[in-house]
Amino acid sequence: MSANSVINTNNPVYKKRLLMHRIGIALSIGAMAFGILTLLWILATLLINGFSALSGAMFTATTPAPGSEGGGLANAIFGSLMMVGISTLVSTPIGILAGIYLAEYGEENKVAQVTRFVTDIMLSAPSIVIGLFVYAFYVANVKHFSGYAGSIALALIAIPVVVRTTDNMLRLVPNSLLEAAFALGAPRWKVAMMVRLRAVKAGVVTGVLLAVARVSGETAPLLFTALNNQFFSADMNQPMANLPVVIYQFAMSPYDNWRSLAWGGALLVTFSVLGLNILSRTLFAQKAPK
Amino acid sequence: MSDAAAHAAMQSVMRKQRVQDFIFHKVTMLFALSVLFVLVGIIISLFIGAAPAFKEYGLGFITTNEWDPVNDQYGAAIAIVGTLVTSGIALLIAFPVSFGIALFLTEICPVWLRRPLGTAVELLAGVPSIIYGMWGLFVFAPLFGDYVQPLLKATLGQLPWIGVLFQGPTMGIGVLTAGLILAVMIIPFISSVMRDVFEIVPAVLKESAYGLGCTRWEVVRKVVLPYTKTGVVGGVMLGLGRALGETMAVTFVIGNANRLTASILSPGNSIASTLANEFAEASTTLHVSSLYALALILFVITFIVLSAAKLMLMGMSRKEGVK
Repeated sequence: MSANSVINTNNPVYKKRLLMHRIGIALSIGAMAFGILTLLWILATLLINGFSALSGAMFTATTPAPGSEGGGLANAIFGSLMMVGISTLVSTPIGILAGIYLAEYGEENKVAQVTRFVTDIMLSAPSIVIGLFVYAFYVANVKHFSGYAGSIALALIAIPVVVRTTDNMLRLVPNSLLEAAFALGAPRWKVAMMVRLRAVKAGVVTGVLLAVARVSGETAPLLFTALNNQFFSADMNQPMANLPVVIYQFAMSPYDNWRSLAWGGALLVTFSVLGLNILSRTLFAQKAPK
Repeated sequence: MSDAAAHAAMQSVMRKQRVQDFIFHKVTMLFALSVLFVLVGIIISLFIGAAPAFKEYGLGFITTNEWDPVNDQYGAAIAIVGTLVTSGIALLIAFPVSFGIALFLTEICPVWLRRPLGTAVELLAGVPSIIYGMWGLFVFAPLFGDYVQPLLKATLGQLPWIGVLFQGPTMGIGVLTAGLILAVMIIPFISSVMRDVFEIVPAVLKESAYGLGCTRWEVVRKVVLPYTKTGVVGGVMLGLGRALGETMAVTFVIGNANRLTASILSPGNSIASTLANEFAEASTTLHVSSLYALALILFVITFIVLSAAKLMLMGMSRKEGVK
């Protein structure tokens, strides 16, 4: 500071304030670095441990028997794709229609407001409790684990994600657009489906992708629903292999081959999930309604 | 066409549209209500499942400090304490770190870096729980047990009062490790809520403070934080709700021991990890029912915490409306 400055830089109060400011900013930068470094550390761990397991066999061979060499994750990858696929097919229409209801009628009626509140809570509800619920009302009644049960559990987790993003996106549509459609004599359902929903197509797709990303890595709800299957099976009515549960089982096992496959699977799941996350973000960033 | 005919035609179109709108309303409502049905279904099915355990032990189930599948004796205290302690540790660490990240991203970071860094932090939330578990067990815990835990034992462990928290063998896994991993997992949720609420502070308030000569730290500490207090607490509660129900990561690193010890270095158990470990193998009715009872307790706790978070954040967005 120059001598004619109004601030006396030797003032102890000023010095203390400046020091506090510097400490605060330094800690904040430290916190940011902590976040980024942790992410990089996890990704590096996955690459280092998982890369050696990545091979053609991982996608073609089925899970090996305990203690044996070779094998892959083909049945688990297939099972995961099937279950995530079915859960997406079920949760997308339900979630979008429910989201439309919340956006259309949410301002004026209590039922919609309560539903919105509950959806927000279900968004963060413990996924293992969802698994237990599906076990109680489905698995315990049909008396066997199945791919369908796993799909139901995943769908129940995906629905709130789709509902919430659809609702949020629809509420971004400017009123003038809706009023223009109403002025042309369009009934409410046509305005909602053909004007409002269409205006935020990209946003709704984002919601669906986020839901897929969310359920792809879910393990806890599959433990008591889809269980696992050592063999290749396309029968959704039977216990079904899936990546997260296989990773869990193999990672906790004493066999080196199983652990290596678990790291390979972990690498595959994480990079697919993060890829979907980034894809949905860029998709929405390009087409967000102005 | 005569006027009367045109009028009649219009009437019929309008009648048709009214019916269509009515159907549209009811159909979408049905789908929206399905979310409510699921919630009610979860509560009812957990109640039915938990009934035998509560019939056997009464409300004492919650405070009984014993979980012994071999002798078919069950009490929830160990798992409840484990859940609360791990989540508490997670919050203690995640709160300041999330605050730092939100502060960095809203006030310090150059604009062009905001998006990539913000996305990177949010990707932490995208990493599946089981991956945190594997990383925690195979990479983090060995290092933590070799270097950090002995250090904690030698320093904090020697202090009166809190020393008892840092005793026992340093195995790497345990309650503290689970809390740390949970902290990393909930940081993205808390910091994202904090960022959102920090951004609704009216620029006029901040500019006035800067105009008075406040440092950036003082503006954040004395203007932004008080203004967004409710929202910040809401974000923390949301993180707590997430931490309470987190299953796989905790199951990997908590050690799965059905004991209650004062030391947070020793292995323990949480509600979610007990469910993940034992539900598939539970054979006696009482064991299964006790697990349902645990799930019910977990669901009720998270429901209350998340409701509180939601109500606080709703208050915050009303503030945004009137700014």
